[in-house]
Amino acid sequence: MSRLGKITRRVFLLGSAAVAGGVAVGYWYVNRPYDNPLDAQLSEGETTFNPYVKVGVDNTITIIAPRAEMGQGISTTLAALVAEELDMTLDMVRVEHGPASHAYYNSAMLEEGGPFNFFDEGFVADTVRSALGTVGKVLGLQATGGSASTRDGFDRMRQAGAAARMMLVDAAAARLNVPASELIVENGAVVHEASNRSLTYGELALDAAKGSPPASVELKPRDQWKLLGKSQKRVDMLDKVTGAPIFGVDVSLPEMLFGTVLMSPVFGAKPVSQDLSRAEKMPGVVKIVPLSTTYGHGFGVIAENTWAAFRAAEAIEVEWGQPENPSDTEGLVEVIADAAARGEGSALRDDGDVDIAFADAPQERVLEAEYRVPYLSHTPMEPMNATARLKDGVLDIWAPNQMPTLIRWFCADLAGVPQENTHVHTTSMGGAFGRRGELDYALYATLMAKEADGRPVKVTWTREEDTRHDAYRPAAVGRFKARLGEDGLPVAVDMRIASQSIMESILRRWFPSMSALGPDKTITDGSHNQPYTIPNYRVSAIAAPLTIPVGFLRSVGCSYNGFFHEAFMDEIAASGKVDPIEMRRQLMADYPAALAVVNKVAEMSRWAEPSPPGRAKGFAFTLSFGSWVGQVIEIAETPSGIRLEKMWIAADVGTALDPGIIEAQLTSGAIYGLSAAMGQAVTFSGGAVEQSNFHDFDAMRMFQCPTFEVAILENYHRMGGVGEIGTPPAAPALANAIFALTGKRIRFLPLDREVEFA
Amino acid sequence: MRLTVNGRPVEIEADPEMPLLWALRDIAGILGPKFGCGIAACGACTVHVDGTPVRSCALPLGQVNGAVTTIEGIASEDRLHPVQQAWLEEQVAQCGYCQAGQIMTAVALLDEIPEPTDQDIDNAMGGNLCRCGTYPKIRAAIHKAAALKLAGL
Repeated sequence: MSRLGKITRRVFLLGSAAVAGGVAVGYWYVNRPYDNPLDAQLSEGETTFNPYVKVGVDNTITIIAPRAEMGQGISTTLAALVAEELDMTLDMVRVEHGPASHAYYNSAMLEEGGPFNFFDEGFVADTVRSALGTVGKVLGLQATGGSASTRDGFDRMRQAGAAARMMLVDAAAARLNVPASELIVENGAVVHEASNRSLTYGELALDAAKGSPPASVELKPRDQWKLLGKSQKRVDMLDKVTGAPIFGVDVSLPEMLFGTVLMSPVFGAKPVSQDLSRAEKMPGVVKIVPLSTTYGHGFGVIAENTWAAFRAAEAIEVEWGQPENPSDTEGLVEVIADAAARGEGSALRDDGDVDIAFADAPQERVLEAEYRVPYLSHTPMEPMNATARLKDGVLDIWAPNQMPTLIRWFCADLAGVPQENTHVHTTSMGGAFGRRGELDYALYATLMAKEADGRPVKVTWTREEDTRHDAYRPAAVGRFKARLGEDGLPVAVDMRIASQSIMESILRRWFPSMSALGPDKTITDGSHNQPYTIPNYRVSAIAAPLTIPVGFLRSVGCSYNGFFHEAFMDEIAASGKVDPIEMRRQLMADYPAALAVVNKVAEMSRWAEPSPPGRAKGFAFTLSFGSWVGQVIEIAETPSGIRLEKMWIAADVGTALDPGIIEAQLTSGAIYGLSAAMGQAVTFSGGAVEQSNFHDFDAMRMFQCPTFEVAILENYHRMGGVGEIGTPPAAPALANAIFALTGKRIRFLPLDREVEFA
Repeated sequence: MRLTVNGRPVEIEADPEMPLLWALRDIAGILGPKFGCGIAACGACTVHVDGTPVRSCALPLGQVNGAVTTIEGIASEDRLHPVQQAWLEEQVAQCGYCQAGQIMTAVALLDEIPEPTDQDIDNAMGGNLCRCGTYPKIRAAIHKAAALKLAGL
């Protein structure tokens, strides 16, 4: 089977469809291969076949996994895709992130950005999907996000491995003077069994590189997979248990200076007056420079060590300008609540006729509720940081980041250096959760490097700066209405959900001259695209007119729509006196993948058996990032508060490439969601964020962590993501369990404002 | 001032108020202990002083009265520490940033309580935050490390 050929046909199909729209040039552009960025980097005796594989004559095989490792295990899984086709094990290869390059575009991240639900597979939906994927290629956006890396790499990385394998086999055929069909690959060598001869890849590398890439490649069928589908040892685990210096904060360079930033806590505000004299005289301070970007205004402190920089930043005396938004939480929430109540909505789902369905509804059959969630900070363990050096017209940036090509573009511009003289070195990330898709840390380091006389500056933010200068998960307000039928099931639901638009906020930071087009579907992502059949079903998004910086936080819109949608469904079930899982079985009957997940998690958790006194279970389901996830959590009343005992998770990810990593991501996502649900809120006073560190923005600790049991299903025919999918159902499962335990329906997060946790 | 770090003397010229963490990282170039919060709230900077786990981000250099051990100093020449070995076998780490601190706290726990219960683990590890949520695997790895240690491995 020719996968490359198949892709070309798909692209051609799009090309011909797109000609009518006048973008015929797109076809050429899409098919133009990017230069191989490895060509420029080869060492002596090393050769490359494509942007993903390097082979050294010493038989060192290097695989480029061009997605940033933030703990999701992506470097391991991407490397396994290539190694599988080369018939190697992961301990036989080296894995690198590789340089920033358009060749490493992520098309899957954009594919689900169109106006279609994941389960919609009509011609138009598929065409738009592949068109958007193509946009990813045209933009050449090397990005890690959207739980898209594995889906994006599944074909591409295997093709890269297979193409390299075929070129090595051809070289061996010529060398051994036998037909290629008589050769097999085994453990990193090409073997001619009949004559008992074999050649390592290293011995073949230079010959093979002279050949031309195959026009089509044959991929291993699934039943011959040796690595894929099985849990692999992570390629970076040894580094991580020995404290190896792999993170952004660990960058060490000759002549390096250290630094930090003090940015306006009031978003967008500039210093009104300032006195730097005390700070400048502090021991160890080299220079204090003003910083001004679309992200904010403030100061960069360059010093002999990080602590000196921290102390000097504290000594800066400055008065900041006034906020452009309401200055406290109450005022902000009022704007969002008002938008939910009265703003003009864009219906991203509109089945049946909701207005007619409610027009004659008897009052006792109508259920109404308002739900709220706060702003949230990402707080990865490694605070924002970047190291930059501007020397002899060359800009180097070392940063834990999710967007290397965008960083190259923006920082080159700031430094006044051409892009080809700008190098972005992506380190391992001490967590990211979407925060490192922003660019601020790299922009500030670049501006500071301009003032450092060619010396590198490692700029580390304090936790306080990190917490107070995020692109926050937006606060949201949802107004929900349901009409129940005689059987207790909903015949109509109307959901109006308001939050700031993330897309609009990002445009302000990245392309301030552009304005957002159309409704931002992240506002209702997780509510408008769920596998329920309800005759009249409307979900409307309303953008709240505020400019607090908001961004992508693990599962994005689903991080609160999961709570809104599934807590309200639980209310409907309770009001209609239907078991919540039984209600899903009825409403999800058209979606076998969803049904199988619901049934699996019900069986695992013994849902049908009543809980003992003092204990209760809650259930929730969210389809997100192409994966179908059901969770049940059991909680217990204890003298010190509610304790989370156990969570059961069933997830259909389509194809499970590494069950160990997938299970780790599912529990990780759930814990991230539970942490937020239990106690996290970012609040405002005087235009600034009130929280500053882990004492007032904490997360789940070891003693609060439930046990987990996970089942991974592969029923659905398309692969889903895994990095974010554990998060959306966690909060509603917990809130629904609290209702089952206490009878208290909590419609806002965090839950610890109403109940106490042990 | 002179410190003993991982069995070796280290000369550090710095303000005695500088937290041990920054002296180790920026001056001595010992990068295993991580900066997470600066207020002893997350445990990423955990090192041992004479075997006791301390938060190096909040311990002034001038108050260090004993030998310092960091994550770089717990393995022997040819073998990982049993806690590291267990972490490897259980595939604990995700992003990995907090794990040096988690491991250092766990090493101290097993030195004090060779066979900890889940309750002992909860009590000892509460000060070490992990945003990736690796807690279930940390718990499993501590039990495994206890077994490895008792077996003399």
